[in-house]
Amino acid sequence: MKKPLLTALLFAALPAYAATPLEIQQSYAAEAKQQNPAFKEFSAARGEQFYRAKSAKGSSCAACHTDNPKAEGRHEKTGKAIAPLAPVANSERLTDPAKVEKWFKRNCQDVQGRSCSAQEKGDFIAYLRSVK
Amino acid sequence: MKKLLLLPLFLLPISALADGGGKLAPTAANPKWQAECSACHVAYPPALLPERSWRKLMGGLERHFGSDASLDAATAKEITAFLASQSADRASSRTSAKVLRGIAPGDTPLRITETAWFQRQHDEIRADAWKRPKVGSPANCAACHAGADQGDYAEHKVRIPR
Repeated sequence: MKKPLLTALLFAALPAYAATPLEIQQSYAAEAKQQNPAFKEFSAARGEQFYRAKSAKGSSCAACHTDNPKAEGRHEKTGKAIAPLAPVANSERLTDPAKVEKWFKRNCQDVQGRSCSAQEKGDFIAYLRSVK
Repeated sequence: MKKLLLLPLFLLPISALADGGGKLAPTAANPKWQAECSACHVAYPPALLPERSWRKLMGGLERHFGSDASLDAATAKEITAFLASQSADRASSRTSAKVLRGIAPGDTPLRITETAWFQRQHDEIRADAWKRPKVGSPANCAACHAGADQGDYAEHKVRIPR
């Protein structure tokens, strides 16, 4: 029992695929090109607009993550603290591609009622990376 | 609640003491259960719902109380097996036995707060206390049980925020 537990803890401590926020943004660029041949680049300004805009469902990213991505957020229902989104305030953010995808899938569904395009995801990451 | 706290220890209701001091942590560790469930809320004690409840809940993560909490298949399978192994049916603690006694055989509650056991444990809490800004809802165990993330629900440590 002791050994497998130790191994499990060791793996849990390391992100599955360590990456940088820029690398993750670049992988969305490749996907965006596939989705839209006219794709040029990501825009931090568009990402910020997306972050703050109220969706048709009446929610927004900022509803839980606050107006300032450097601040600690709060889960709307459970009250649980959410660590800051901006990498400048939280170095763990945007370093695990699987985790990033997991939360885009969940939160795009909850906030937008649909999945997000690679363009939207890349813009969002570009915005978070631009926050100083 | 306040009155209860002021009572000397020997006057505490037997039920509080018989609950093993409020220790509800699982008897084994599972880092995935801990990490995934506690991302949005306290990783609720598996011993507080029967196996059938956990299986149903884990089968519907895409619509998890109004939120998409979906997981990849391998992670969901591992967490489901862990929850089943620690569920009220298999936990064999006094608390889990009490939880089970309050659930009709045909019922599959998905919320711990729906169970007769939970409601009995909290019957002295006034309705307005649940709605205080620092509490929000009965789902926020840690608002009053500071050790909730360690599975520590001991009654003498309860502090209800103003």
